[in-house]
Amino acid sequence: MLDTRKQIIKGRSVVDDDWSVLKLDEGQAPDTVAVPDGKVIVPVPVWLAQRDALAARAGQHGRIGIWFAPDELATAVQDDLGQFAVIAIDFPKFTDGRGYSIAFNLRRRLHYKGELRAIGDVLRDQLFQMQRCGFDAYATRPDRNIHDAVKGLSVFSETYQASVDQPQPLFRRQARGTEAEHTGSGA
Amino acid sequence: MYRYDQYDHLIVRERIAQYRDQVQRRLNDELTEEEFLPLRLQNGLYMQRHAYMLRIAVPYGLLSTAQMRTFAHIARTYDRDYGHFTTRQNIQFNWIELERTPDILSDLAAVEMHAIQTSGNCIRNITTDEYAGVAADEIIDPRPYAEILRQWSTFHPEFIALPRKFKIAVNGAVEDRAAIAMHDIGLTAVRGADGEVGFKFMVGGGLGRTPILGSVINDFVPWQDLLTYTEAVMRVYNQFGRRDNKYKARIKILVKAVGAEEFARMVEAEFADLKGGPETLTREEVERVAVWFNPKPYATLAAIDPRAGHADDKAFANWLMRNVKPHKVPGYAAVVLSLKKTGVPPGDATSAQMDFVADLADRYSFGELRVTHEQNLVLADVEQSKLYELWTQAKAQGLATPNIGLLTDIIACPGGDYCALANAKSIPIAAAIAKRFDDLDYQHDIGEIELNISGCINACGHHHVGHIGVLGVDKDGSEWYQVSLGGAQGNQAAIGKIIGPSFSAPQMPEVVQRLLDVYVRERVEGERFVDVAQRLGIAPFKEHVYATPIVAQETAGEDHHA
Ligand code: HEM
Ligand code: SF4
Repeated sequence: MLDTRKQIIKGRSVVDDDWSVLKLDEGQAPDTVAVPDGKVIVPVPVWLAQRDALAARAGQHGRIGIWFAPDELATAVQDDLGQFAVIAIDFPKFTDGRGYSIAFNLRRRLHYKGELRAIGDVLRDQLFQMQRCGFDAYATRPDRNIHDAVKGLSVFSETYQASVDQPQPLFRRQARGTEAEHTGSGA
Repeated sequence: MYRYDQYDHLIVRERIAQYRDQVQRRLNDELTEEEFLPLRLQNGLYMQRHAYMLRIAVPYGLLSTAQMRTFAHIARTYDRDYGHFTTRQNIQFNWIELERTPDILSDLAAVEMHAIQTSGNCIRNITTDEYAGVAADEIIDPRPYAEILRQWSTFHPEFIALPRKFKIAVNGAVEDRAAIAMHDIGLTAVRGADGEVGFKFMVGGGLGRTPILGSVINDFVPWQDLLTYTEAVMRVYNQFGRRDNKYKARIKILVKAVGAEEFARMVEAEFADLKGGPETLTREEVERVAVWFNPKPYATLAAIDPRAGHADDKAFANWLMRNVKPHKVPGYAAVVLSLKKTGVPPGDATSAQMDFVADLADRYSFGELRVTHEQNLVLADVEQSKLYELWTQAKAQGLATPNIGLLTDIIACPGGDYCALANAKSIPIAAAIAKRFDDLDYQHDIGEIELNISGCINACGHHHVGHIGVLGVDKDGSEWYQVSLGGAQGNQAAIGKIIGPSFSAPQMPEVVQRLLDVYVRERVEGERFVDVAQRLGIAPFKEHVYATPIVAQETAGEDHHA
């Protein structure tokens, strides 16, 4: 099944998008499925099974992407990261948070620098944390207004802990309040 | 106690704006109930049997009097004039309207409180010892570390949709009063050879359907690595915890499946990348937070015998014996205000009582209170010379029942009176047992005993670790109670064993009576109920309890506040 979307959020803007996402239908196998021409984001198992052919194509046109399912680890394709124009992580259900750890590991451990796109059940109220974990593109759910969803990126202006977007925790970034600044009794 | 700085205020304010908008979108149907559910849960809002319930975070159980008075205000303004203190040191309000929750959050923010992550599949409120900072056996005060963990876990972007809820407890003393073995992560402060502080990491404890005590995966994690090591544990759990079955999704199942050693290895592999990184704690940060928990302005006092001058007052003596705890500073004591008066659901307090205990804390305890995981309140810093005065006042408000650690100091979850998940009621069982054993002389004779009741297998009432555990079960649509024995919390934590077929509600007081009969018959000098239960096993108890039919004696099961 080829999922084509017209618009995504990239950075903080709504932009046109011409990538499509290949999902295996029932009965299709990663080694035999035909990957159509054009800008296609393929599942990790398809990349692994058809690596040489797809790599050649990536080399020629600079256009192949992969997507991770939540149970795949960032390390699955760690030597190939330079070949992808886009990496997507699928959130089949918005309650499944494994994709956040995949994103973190791709960025912080494996130093992936290209586009990192959230796909699947992607809703406005997840975008802030997705951005923190290193996503910079969001294919939000098509039944929701994408311009509303953009607002989800700017919910908080400060955060306590470090993550991909902000490698320094608050306590290293800012001089924080100490007793001297307070006039209260401490009670 | 910890005071918010500008950043804490900012984050809580922005959270309220976010949540207010989410509620509005739900009311406008821009969010489906399914989408709204995890959002409201991460804000402590549950749909219960009758109404919404809001759970407010009391970080590590510590409260100022302004905060307590705000609870009283919430009870009066938005609820039915009472609140319920829980085994996780939080407070719950049972009759909340969705539309008003953002306003409640604004009221809370004014006193540096919130409901962030009091529910949902994220890192929950961090709990600790209710005597933290005043206990004589304390190695370190765990509260600065609990606060640092609170901040770190607040809206942690990576750990907001974990396989299941996640609970961390920190214990700083020799004796474990934070029930660390039944937490997803249980931390114990230890001192290394050079005197430096570190943490023993116990992982994979939990109650619920499959009760498991935690396993130690590292004996000494230096304090600098507290956050990075915790992060490594969380990342392993987030990636490898089961998500196919919510009953198998807790970290305890993962630790058990791979074994503690292999789990430790997985954590080390993640930790290798994080060690020494930016989340490594600095001395400045620990000291900045610790300043707020510094010793109070204690007066220099001589230790006195609080009974002096009141030698004939047996009621006062009983209260001193049960409800007053030692303090590391001479001349001071910690006082437990019992929320277990017979006839009142365990942990419930009215708005008048909340205002009143706030007054007491202002008068006698530097304006601070604590919530215990046994669902009582503590005034931690009372001058011994003021104990009689305090007792007289607390007694007048029904808060001086001298039953701490005794049979009627029952832990009970809200059960079927409120909870949509319950198989059976808990509160009326607690009430029936408390009524039957109301005689304080008898209770004092029985001595220390923990009776814990849960209305279903989720174990919110800690029944597995009760010396006597009572679990509500459903049999053909009616409510029954299964009894276990020999559970314990603390350093000798143990999971209780079920004694046999379950009982009907009206049989329960007699069941407890029979268990106590065996104890009284078998005990040797100084032996507590749980010691006898563990020494003899369940056999003699079982034999006696089931020997003759139990005639139903009490009528339990009336709806309380419904
Ligand atoms: C009000 C509605 C409540 C609901 C719907 C609820 C739900 C649950 C559920 C589903 C679990 C099992 C979690 C699991 O094993 O994964 C659980 C466990 C627990 N809950 Fe509650 N609960 C409620 C109230 C309370 C209250 C009032 C307390 C404290 C008095 C409490 C404290 C706990 C504790 C200590 C556990 C056991 C944690 C463990 O397994 O380690 N809960 N609750
Ligand atoms: S133990 Fe069951 S009945 Fe009791 S509060 Fe928890 S979920 Fe509800």
